Amino acid sequence: MNQSDLYNQCFEKVFQTHEVKNLRYKECPLWDSVGHITLIAELEDAFDISLEPEDMMSFSSYKKGIEILQKYGVDI
Amino acid sequence: MVLTDYIESFSDNILAITDSGDFVRYKEIEILAKQLSGIITEKVLVFDCASNTIGSLVGYLALQKLNAVPLMLSDNVDKDIFHSLVKIYEPNYLWIAQDKLSRYCENVESLLEYKDYCLVKLYNVNHDLNSDLALLLSTSGSTGSSKLVRLSYTNIVSNALSIAEYLDIKVTERPITSLPMYYSYGLSVINSHILKGATILLTNYSVVQMEFWRFFKEKEATSFAGVPYTYEMLAKIRFGKMNLPSLHTMTQAGGKLSKELVEFFAQISIDKGFRFFVMYGQTEATARMSYLPCDKVIEKPTSIGIAIPNGRFELRSETDELIREVGADGELCYSGPNVFMGYATSAQDLSLGDFSGGILKTGDIAHVDADGYYYITGRKSRFVKIYGNRIGLDNIEQILKSRIADCACTGNDNKVELYVTQHPDFDVIGYISEKVHLHPSVFALHVISEIPKSESGKILYAKL
Repeated sequence: MNQSDLYNQCFEKVFQTHEVKNLRYKECPLWDSVGHITLIAELEDAFDISLEPEDMMSFSSYKKGIEILQKYGVDI
Repeated sequence: MVLTDYIESFSDNILAITDSGDFVRYKEIEILAKQLSGIITEKVLVFDCASNTIGSLVGYLALQKLNAVPLMLSDNVDKDIFHSLVKIYEPNYLWIAQDKLSRYCENVESLLEYKDYCLVKLYNVNHDLNSDLALLLSTSGSTGSSKLVRLSYTNIVSNALSIAEYLDIKVTERPITSLPMYYSYGLSVINSHILKGATILLTNYSVVQMEFWRFFKEKEATSFAGVPYTYEMLAKIRFGKMNLPSLHTMTQAGGKLSKELVEFFAQISIDKGFRFFVMYGQTEATARMSYLPCDKVIEKPTSIGIAIPNGRFELRSETDELIREVGADGELCYSGPNVFMGYATSAQDLSLGDFSGGILKTGDIAHVDADGYYYITGRKSRFVKIYGNRIGLDNIEQILKSRIADCACTGNDNKVELYVTQHPDFDVIGYISEKVHLHPSVFALHVISEIPKSESGKILYAKL
């Protein structure tokens, strides 16, 4: 699986939807603070990385998340 | 006395500041109450869809001042739950964010607008509301139980006074709203600070968002309240590394925080020089029943502490005998002026007076140590606390039963276990999670051959 698919899979699993590309924090019923921490844990596991606090907290959308993960060498 | 009777001398103090930079003074409560009094001329029932905004806060306080009875709900309350509550209780008015109104009501006009909120007329009925009744809270915010907690003016004021006393709340305090207002703990933070004329920092951002901490630092928040899950999140976002020089007090309630995390935050509080309080309460006690003094956290990290000022704990056996021995388990019973009047399950119940006599059987099993500190060891009733919400396992079981006849539900404060006897043909976890507004990861589904039952057909939960 390429990294882009893996990234999508994390979102699909945590937020239980296939329409992930326009997801933003608090705009989807499952992406609340609980969903947020679940997503971060899922991504850290999947890519074997450890996000800095600032990055966890500015991870506000699907698109923003791509920018953030690129800093950690994830190629999406 | 009504909460708002205490605040008349603070009229020029700043009541609240929002994350968008807006602010209001205490006198706005009086001004709004005057405007509302043109419409609300008697004791009425109001559904208050609360959020952490100025309109919501000033509205709640103005309604208190007018002796109206608000039922505090989330501004995102599920539509079906909202309508079933409306049908049962027939509220006279609705206080709601203007941009949320169309979600819940069609073809209604607002009678009055204040900041982001508005007042809407719903039922033209004359409720017989008990004259002591001040406020209604839901017993379980997210499962939308129609059972409500009836709180009196004395309940609210006495609990706020006790909290302000043991936390030593001063006028210079600036608590940041990290909890929703419809939740008894979140509301208690507001009530106990209002009494002292302090300034509430209002935000709907969550601790996992940068904007929350930016607001925290910019407006120099002095205190912070969280449920166990908030503290778990804080640990994950490495709270210890944050530089928050204005922080003076952190409080935790809404369920048991693990010993490791209590110790973790106690250590941070010592290193950084703020106070960390572990506390215990229930909506039925308005909010708070006990607190662990911050200088005892290291010594007794698993304790819920001692009863709040004007409250008292005792332990009772199954046969209702007083337990006096140190270390012996019994049901934790609390008495104090903050114990609720009773429950309501219908509009008629709102006329009822005090049913509790100031005594609350908490349903928690506890013991006391030689120094008089209490420790919870278990729970008598079928409730769990998830993310600070009291979740009735029977309630979840009922929801599941509507789709699957043979099922059972158990759980602890981390997980709700669902048991069925046949492979379901639909997404059970998705269904339940949507109904009760909890994240799917909270639930686990088990397909077993048989649900263990007694001869009389009662489910034997201990055998699951």
